[in-house]
Amino acid sequence: MIAAALLLPNWVGGHSALSSHGVQAARIESLWWLMFWVCSAVFVLVMVATGIAITRRTLPSGPPGPIPPQSRRRMTRTVAAAAAVTVLTLFVLLIASVSTGRAIASLSERGGPSIKVTGHQWWWEIEYDHPTPSRIVKTANEIHIPVGRAIKLELSSQDVIHSFWVPSLHGKRDLIPGHSNDIWIRADHPGVYRGQCGEFCGLQHAHMGLLVIAEPQDRFDAWYRSQLQTSALPMTPSQQHGRQLVESGPCALCHTIQGSQANGNLGPDLTHLASRRTIAAASLPNTRGNLGGWISDPQSIKPGNRMPPITMKSEDLQAMLDYLESLK
Amino acid sequence: MPASVARPEPVRLVTLQPGQALPALKTSGPYDGNSYGVNEGQQLYEQFNCVGCHFHGGGGIGPPLMDEQWIYGGSAQNIHDTIVQGRPNGMPSYGGHLPDDQIWKITAYVRSLSGQLPKPVAPTRTDELFPHPSEQAMEKKQPKPDQARHPG
Amino acid sequence: MSAEPIVPGLIAAPSEDADAEERRRLERTWEYARGLWGWVAEVDHQRIGMRYIVTALIFFALGGVEALMMRVQLAKPENGFLNPDLYNQVFTTHGTTMMFLFAVPVMLGLGVYLVPLMVGTRNLAFPRLNAYSYYVYLIGGLFLYAGFFLNAGPDAGWFSYVPLSGPAFSPGKRVDIWCQMVTFTEISSMAVAVNLITTAFKQRAPGMSLNRIPIFVWAMIVTSFMVIFAMPAVALASQMLPLDRLVDTHFFNPAEGGDALLWQHLFWFFGHPEVYIIFIPATGIVSTILAPFTRREVFGYLALILSLVATGFIGFGLWVHHMFATGLPQLGQSFFTAASIMIAVPSGIQMFCWIATLWGGKLRFRTPLLYVLGFIFTFMIGGLTGVMLAAVPLDLQVHDTFFVVAHFHYVLIGGAVFPLLGGLFYWFPKMTGRMPSETLGKLSFWLVFLGFQVTFFPQHILGLQGMPRRVYTYLPETGWGDLNMLSTVGAFILGLGALVFVINLVVSRVSGPLAGDDPWESDTLEWATPSPPPPYNFHPMPTVSHRAPLWHRSEDQPVITGLRSDRREFLMTGLLDAEPDHRQVSPGPTMMPFFLSLGTGITFIVGIFTPWALPIGAVPVAISLIGWFWPRGDQGHKILKEKS
Repeated sequence: MIAAALLLPNWVGGHSALSSHGVQAARIESLWWLMFWVCSAVFVLVMVATGIAITRRTLPSGPPGPIPPQSRRRMTRTVAAAAAVTVLTLFVLLIASVSTGRAIASLSERGGPSIKVTGHQWWWEIEYDHPTPSRIVKTANEIHIPVGRAIKLELSSQDVIHSFWVPSLHGKRDLIPGHSNDIWIRADHPGVYRGQCGEFCGLQHAHMGLLVIAEPQDRFDAWYRSQLQTSALPMTPSQQHGRQLVESGPCALCHTIQGSQANGNLGPDLTHLASRRTIAAASLPNTRGNLGGWISDPQSIKPGNRMPPITMKSEDLQAMLDYLESLK
Repeated sequence: MPASVARPEPVRLVTLQPGQALPALKTSGPYDGNSYGVNEGQQLYEQFNCVGCHFHGGGGIGPPLMDEQWIYGGSAQNIHDTIVQGRPNGMPSYGGHLPDDQIWKITAYVRSLSGQLPKPVAPTRTDELFPHPSEQAMEKKQPKPDQARHPG
Repeated sequence: MSAEPIVPGLIAAPSEDADAEERRRLERTWEYARGLWGWVAEVDHQRIGMRYIVTALIFFALGGVEALMMRVQLAKPENGFLNPDLYNQVFTTHGTTMMFLFAVPVMLGLGVYLVPLMVGTRNLAFPRLNAYSYYVYLIGGLFLYAGFFLNAGPDAGWFSYVPLSGPAFSPGKRVDIWCQMVTFTEISSMAVAVNLITTAFKQRAPGMSLNRIPIFVWAMIVTSFMVIFAMPAVALASQMLPLDRLVDTHFFNPAEGGDALLWQHLFWFFGHPEVYIIFIPATGIVSTILAPFTRREVFGYLALILSLVATGFIGFGLWVHHMFATGLPQLGQSFFTAASIMIAVPSGIQMFCWIATLWGGKLRFRTPLLYVLGFIFTFMIGGLTGVMLAAVPLDLQVHDTFFVVAHFHYVLIGGAVFPLLGGLFYWFPKMTGRMPSETLGKLSFWLVFLGFQVTFFPQHILGLQGMPRRVYTYLPETGWGDLNMLSTVGAFILGLGALVFVINLVVSRVSGPLAGDDPWESDTLEWATPSPPPPYNFHPMPTVSHRAPLWHRSEDQPVITGLRSDRREFLMTGLLDAEPDHRQVSPGPTMMPFFLSLGTGITFIVGIFTPWALPIGAVPVAISLIGWFWPRGDQGHKILKEKS
């Protein structure tokens, strides 16, 4: 497998439910710690009781038989008390769970961007919805959001069930064909948060990641404006040759590069490919070497995915890479 | 990409020829026994917009693919070459645009539309609107190589 | 026939000629048929129960090998040991084997072996159905593995969600093989359930009223009722999916009015009770083992039974907790949270009763008790992580991660496999007549227990760190490599422990010291007969007057007389108080169950290739059923012809 990550990815906050950077993940994390301490206390109590039970010395008894009535009465009281404490504890946890659930479901805000996330085997199609069609942004595998604002995500799928999950921000929600699920997320700190598909979806479920990048409102607006632009025109002869290869070869049948002849919509939109930090659904950093390897033989990086290997002469590949790297 | 597509050997469309008999047409393709490949072909047929002209086998702008009439021959090699080379009256050439492997998968799927593939291999329904009984349930319509003729 | 009272369990004094004559006739009437024909035609519950257990243990070993393959693949990031297609087949087959081909059959098989012995009767209520259910189970398991070894193993997960497992995204026969295997195991389990309920309700020894039934038998009753109510849901789903895949129906096709979530509801309506079907017999085993090893009757009989029943009922109201991430309405989800949390109450009560039993007892730290203690430790952790998972917000983070994998292995291995291993060790002398080695037993316990903790505890952390399940690999930057490597090391230790356990069984079977009737000084009826029990189980047939009959023997305990010994007969008793009711004839060895299972097998296996299988398969099915139910003279059962 070629997929050695040569550079450390620059994502913060990791992938952990316990390093929350969004309001919902934070509430879930508090619930986790509450349950963890309560359950640990229960566990320790039960283990101590068991430990005492198995180590205490009893008088040697005669033949095996029933527990003597006195002990039985005491035990009945103890077991009943323990059962009552159990019920109370569970009730407390139930209340904590329901109230956390209501809190995380109540996030919403008017006026922010609304993002359609469509799951495919094995990548994420992202579309920033807008009433004016010319202000719709389409990208793939990388979502930018302004920090501190609640963002609505409309989740659906074109093929099988996937699950949108960015642990640092929120729990997961399934993308089910034929259904549309809505969730709201909010990042409270700027950063790069990685997510991964959370429902088994076939051969490359393991490599279906995505990045959510939270940035201050002005930088988000700048990013959005740059994404609205059409694709960069090729400047050098090599880039021009590269674009010609993209348009006349197999690339154009599956990918779109707005402003060029490439108009397919089976694979990710490549109009601003070079502005993204990763390729192959957040499996590889977006470097020239990785991109070249991916184009020549995607099957050795993500075996079973839908992109076929493309054989081409090495100077053609370099020209194509020159062009693709210019697509900021 | 452009010039490096190897031109395949020309393939006969009819059985009549002068001189002694030529070897029989190869009638099966590499994915004819591979249900995974045929399933991919089914998806590619949809995704590369074959449905735009041929609809789901019933034909429209292009001729139907579910019947036993093949203008340019119905063997696997014929179908593959039709897709690679394009044909007069509107069939585009995909030879330089699609990898050969994918074209063979689509070929296998197209053959399943007229019931040529064995039942365990032929695909069943997709998760879409249901235009016709699935390919697995299609009756086999044997392509007749000497009936290659123009659409009538 | 002698009418003198004989204390159950004592071999009749040799001077009792009439009794010896009776015993000889019983031996001939109930003898196991010989040869290959005899093996196939067997209807005795002990033999068939042993077959269930041995077959299930073989599947357990296969599933374990699959698990080790997965752990090797996951030990380091971007490993190349298994490609994604093979990994998907391996994890699907692992889960399917463990859940359908090991866990449920081994518990039901233990019930098949033990329930007639524990209630004091000669055989199950429907011996031929018992044989049929075993063959159908075997055919299902062989079919699945034939597929697996032919690169047609199912690869969509053990719960096979649509649309991934549907016609568009799982081409070929892989998922069809899975569906039919499920059908076979459902038929088998439902048949055993019917058998166990009837036997436990209608064939108990006189005097064994409801409040004297051994806890293990109660557990099997509750389990069997759960099987009957839960399995039809998955049997239905496992037929709807092949119909979608093969015959163009649209149950799960959203474009034509179906729904992908329908599958999840149908599957989990079965899937959640399924885990209690596995767990409840294990609690029965724990209650049974505690008595001889603490030399006390288990504390809280009524509370334990009511907890079993409550778990059985509540277990049907939990299934949506597997679907919290699908976007169902919040109010509905809260209901299922409440139910999922509530089911901890009966389990907790059981736990407290067991600890109370330990508290008051004089403990003998032999291998079965060690497994019970390991169970208490491990199942507590699993149950507590289950309460965590019941909370929707937390579940949304850890659903479909290794946290869930850790949880269910804690409750299934800790909660079911540990008691099972303890139970197999405990009943080994009864089943084989020889004592298992205590040294190997303790060694296997420690290897299994410690190996298990090392394997699965780190997976809780991995899940919280974001590692999803069912991934064939992961990126090195995630940092999950170290804990995965630790988990893999633990898995091999666990595997070694399981191997030592099996070696113990095999070696002791051949050369262990002879066990007597009752080597552990236990309290239930199966210990009142020689080890291994004769084919007719008991002579004379016992009655009971106490919940722990072997600890309350009296000289005056009556025995049953009057059953014929020239044909197979047992006594049917009343439901509530087990007062004798009538005699029931029992069938002898016959090939019909085997033929019927072949007919069933042909119908369902060939059915995935052509619909003609149904009318064609109906022919052997009809012929075998006719043979099975053909009326014969003298109620159809062989009378022992005696030379005068």
